[in-house]
Amino acid sequence: MAVERFIVDDRTAFLRRPDYRTVRVLALIGLVVLWELITRTGLVSSLFLPSPIGVLAEGWDMAISGQLLTHLVTSLERLAWGFAIGALAGISVGVAVGFFSLADAVVQPLIAATFPIPKIALLPLLILWLGIGEASKVAVVALGVFFPMAINTYSGVRQADPLLIRAAVSFGAGRWSVIRKVILPSALPMVFAGLRLGAGIALLLLVAAEQIAADAGIGFLILQSGNLMETTKLMVGIVVLSLLGVLSHWGLSGLERAVIRWRHT
Amino acid sequence: MRVVVERVSKTFTDRPGRDVVALSQVDLAVEREEFVALLGPSGCGKSTLLNIIGGLLPASSGRVYFEGEPREGRPMAATVFQEFALFPWRTARANVEFGLEELGVSGFERAERTRHYLDMAGLAGFEGKYPHQLSGGMRQRVGIARALAVEPAVLLLDEPFSALDAQTRTLMMEELLGIWARTRQSILYVTHNIQEAVFMADRVIVLSRRPGEVLDTVPIRLPRPRGEHQRGDPAFIQASDRIWGLIKSQAQAALLEGDAVPERG
Repeated sequence: MAVERFIVDDRTAFLRRPDYRTVRVLALIGLVVLWELITRTGLVSSLFLPSPIGVLAEGWDMAISGQLLTHLVTSLERLAWGFAIGALAGISVGVAVGFFSLADAVVQPLIAATFPIPKIALLPLLILWLGIGEASKVAVVALGVFFPMAINTYSGVRQADPLLIRAAVSFGAGRWSVIRKVILPSALPMVFAGLRLGAGIALLLLVAAEQIAADAGIGFLILQSGNLMETTKLMVGIVVLSLLGVLSHWGLSGLERAVIRWRHT
Repeated sequence: MRVVVERVSKTFTDRPGRDVVALSQVDLAVEREEFVALLGPSGCGKSTLLNIIGGLLPASSGRVYFEGEPREGRPMAATVFQEFALFPWRTARANVEFGLEELGVSGFERAERTRHYLDMAGLAGFEGKYPHQLSGGMRQRVGIARALAVEPAVLLLDEPFSALDAQTRTLMMEELLGIWARTRQSILYVTHNIQEAVFMADRVIVLSRRPGEVLDTVPIRLPRPRGEHQRGDPAFIQASDRIWGLIKSQAQAALLEGDAVPERG
């Protein structure tokens, strides 16, 4: 009988997921190039699909004239206020509801009842209450951010390790010390997940609100350009929104890495 | 200060609503500068008793008190937890500082005491590391330094080395004895390991299985400083055999119920 050898292979090879870094970049560039080529063939009228280079040039002109900046600053102010108010309120309510069972009993049913309402449906009511100015737009953004923040913070607080809470108490920590030194740091990863969710929702609600009742802002720019058939301007607005989304994601990720240092060292 | 446990009983109510007696009429005391081991099979309520002494759990009846001259700024008890219970967002140094912060020890003294106990626990050079960057043995050193730093009337250790591998455990036991020799800090050390108890303690209090009752107190007459060479000493073997004789039948009962058995060696 001949002796045979059976070499052991790595049977998990097909489970590996390589990075394909260059493919990521090429796919994006490829899409833009394809878009440019399609517009150059003249198959599609530039009224319906302006070329990427045209959008870029238009964007540059609008930036120079200051028109883009006005809309952008208006939108950013609404976003910043709405996001800050919604996030702060959401975190506070989330901590209170997660820690105090009385707050839980009072607030939990309220949140369950109001959470499913699409927040943009409340805009007419908010306009009635707060007027057509900035306050109603800020409020709708804040409302949109509030819910994911409150719910995420709540589950972050509930997930705090009871052993760590007991350890803190055994070393003399009282209620506020436990909240500040154990519960809040435990909840931070969930808080950041909420902030990222909230950022997306904020952008969505802002644009919707600006298209319903506004005379400035990126959402207004897009709506107005559409009405005037200025498709290139419209596309500039959309590209700006996409950039805003990407930048806010990066910003929050960077902030998270800086704040939750213990996870990244 | 001496710690006195007087006729302490603890009854839990389990899921189907039956009363389970975890501790029944436990009497014991830890004298000043004494090293007492509390030993019993699993399910004997030793951790429950430790939690009652630490004020983390109310007794159903009986009482725990400290007797002697109180010293200002010294808490009655500090606990070293089996699962370390370090705050993952705090460095080794900041973990040790935690108890001092809660005591209101400020600035220079806090830094000084923290450094002192970090050095004593063999953590010099690791002060800036987060718990997840440390090995199990190093993490428990942080746990020990954190408890020592508040200079409690009694140091409670809840199976502090049972999550460590056997070699690390042996080394840590010797180090703890070294620390005890230097500080003469009263210690109540909970374990289910007979050799560990005999190796370290002045007295071993043996608890029975549910309901936990004091079966006997075994004095350990081995000279100090203790060392590995004493494991063959007739006094060592005698004490170990006596304790094993006390709990063997109970350990067998525990085995049949699927609980973990105490380790003999």
